[in-house]
Amino acid sequence: MSTTPSKRRRALAAVGAIGTTMALLLAGCGARASDDTAQAGSSAAASCVDTSGSTIKLGFLNSLTGGMAISEKTVSNVLHMAADEINASGGILGKKIQYVQEDGATDWPTFAEKTDKLLTQDCVAAIFGGWTSSSRKAVKPVVEKRNGLFFYPVQYEGLESSPNIYYTGATTNQQIIPAMDFLAAKGVKTLFLAGSDYVFPRTANAIIKLYAAKLGIKIVGEEYVPLDKDDWTSQVAKIAAAKPDFIFNTINGSSNVGFIKAYYDAGLTPAKTPIISVSIAEEEAPAMGHAVTGNYASWNYFQSLKTDTNPKFIQSWKAYPNSSGVTSDPMEAAYISLYLYKELVEAAGSFDVNAVNAAAKSKTITFDAPEGKVTLDGKNHHISKPGHIGQINANNQFDIVWASDKFIEPDPYLEGYDWFPAAIRKQLVGAAG
Amino acid sequence: MDALIPQLLNGSAQGALLLLAALGLSLTFGQMGVINMAHGEFLMLGAFTAYLVQQVIAASDLSIPVALPVAFVVAGLFGLVLEVTIIRWMYRRPLDTLLVTVGVSLILQQAALQIFPSQGVPVEKPSWLDGQLNVLGYNWPLRQLFTIVLAAVCVAGLSAWLKYTSFGRRIRATVHNRDLAETTGISTRTIDRLTFFVGSGLAGVAGVAASLIGGTNSQMGAQYIIPAFLVVAAGGIGQLKGTIIAAWVVGVALSCFAYWTTGSLAQVLAFILVIVFLQLRPQGLFTVRTRSLA
Repeated sequence: MSTTPSKRRRALAAVGAIGTTMALLLAGCGARASDDTAQAGSSAAASCVDTSGSTIKLGFLNSLTGGMAISEKTVSNVLHMAADEINASGGILGKKIQYVQEDGATDWPTFAEKTDKLLTQDCVAAIFGGWTSSSRKAVKPVVEKRNGLFFYPVQYEGLESSPNIYYTGATTNQQIIPAMDFLAAKGVKTLFLAGSDYVFPRTANAIIKLYAAKLGIKIVGEEYVPLDKDDWTSQVAKIAAAKPDFIFNTINGSSNVGFIKAYYDAGLTPAKTPIISVSIAEEEAPAMGHAVTGNYASWNYFQSLKTDTNPKFIQSWKAYPNSSGVTSDPMEAAYISLYLYKELVEAAGSFDVNAVNAAAKSKTITFDAPEGKVTLDGKNHHISKPGHIGQINANNQFDIVWASDKFIEPDPYLEGYDWFPAAIRKQLVGAAG
Repeated sequence: MDALIPQLLNGSAQGALLLLAALGLSLTFGQMGVINMAHGEFLMLGAFTAYLVQQVIAASDLSIPVALPVAFVVAGLFGLVLEVTIIRWMYRRPLDTLLVTVGVSLILQQAALQIFPSQGVPVEKPSWLDGQLNVLGYNWPLRQLFTIVLAAVCVAGLSAWLKYTSFGRRIRATVHNRDLAETTGISTRTIDRLTFFVGSGLAGVAGVAASLIGGTNSQMGAQYIIPAFLVVAAGGIGQLKGTIIAAWVVGVALSCFAYWTTGSLAQVLAFILVIVFLQLRPQGLFTVRTRSLA
């Protein structure tokens, strides 16, 4: 997910990154890694990760202040919980995790600067965090230049893959396409698209329109409101007039509350005009100020999932200090990211980035996640995931009403879908920057 | 024609919310020259007050009417504290008030983030606002009507207070000529404090209305502060009727542009409209004729 960065901001990010880089080059780095035998793939300086002691440093980079703290604080807490769990069971390659928490402050140049600081000053072996696509796109050039590792835990618009990033949230063919399959199975004929105005909803809706044409679903309207505006009344009036069978909701953040309020204010109901959302989960559902019972959401993980590992995850989270008491998809993806890193390092037998990437390609890396046993795709750095559709019940939990028949292999560029033309792929990749 | 009626009605409600957010500013900025960037956070305080009142009085039918005066007092007291501790040292230095109050707004936002769940808190609308009013074939949400009525009550109350009470007369005297008002024995210090209390309190009332429209969270104030300042500037500083007209025009423009174009473009177009207007008429719709020499 993301807020679109302006060119100016990106330029600022670059200037910031260059500034920090210069300062750090002058200051020099700490101890060299004992196991950096493999040559760095890029022009990056040799890693300064210290693996000689009994601990290994990892960086957590989440917005703890500013607008995105609303979502990212929870991810940070889950990462801390996963680190505590791993440490209690012996650490990674026998080394205890020593984490360095940094605040991205909802500011994309800060994400770039903090990434550089974590890699060159704190000398962490890998960084975990980010939420918006803008934050990921700010981190990407820095981890690529420094040949670091970044684990990104949120469902997003796809069309990206980097040798230095691992994506543990869903890409579009694991969340958007299952949602459309569900709508087709329900016999939906008309659909209205409502989204926040930034890269994720715009890209998701471009894909939805192409797939809808193939499925024979008619798109009867498409509306966007800026992320920082909550009032949806005028747009909901248009939805009420269009009378669609279903509303596909790609709105994010607090604007969702405004949308839900306007929806019920206008007299729309889940019985006649249900909503399917891709960013309302267990944490958000009770915060809408109106019961959202009967509406739907598409995720890979739900708290209500019956798997072997889910009860333990829920129990640990409920007992964790500062816990919100419910588990949700982005939290679970963050939890996966740290364990996936542990599996990768132990398969590689080394904390070295190139060794880890080589292990990802040559070995089968799996993890018994709360959503089920996920497998890493070593080529595109995404993971396989089950598609699930949940219907919100009176307790703000989700009753699972649809599941994909098997785990969906990640396909960030939608290359396995014949209705997705190469020209549009090229255009969307270009637009996403 | 059937497209115009919903936009006029929804636009009026949008304008009413803008007006509620701008009323307090037109007092503190317009009458006192203080650029209070924390005004949006006073609005947030009002919304959180609505949530807290709802925790005490569970029935939302009753809790929202109770929350309105409580939010007024809570936000007003915060404003009073801000005035007494910080703003009083900065009169006639508007740029300094801007910088200091940006800092105050960040502190209040972060405090809200620490105290309340980071996802925001739910505020439920009273059941007597469920349903719609059929206006010439359009099902107009009752909640929209509520915002308009609330704004009308606040405007009527404020203008009556300014016009008919001795406090109101003293405020107007101070605005027209502070030095002369002082020589006639008006305590301008007391007037300043009271004006700031009422201005901030009105933000609290706006916050209760906003909590019924969008999310109640630490970031909510930010989306109202800039439009509210634009409305006050376009209306003409220190002029209630200018603020009312400007808020209504901006609200209807936002709604109509949103219908003809998209929600995002509407924001851009509405503010271009205001900026072009201010280029042509920098003093705003109406001006106060002051007797001061400055």
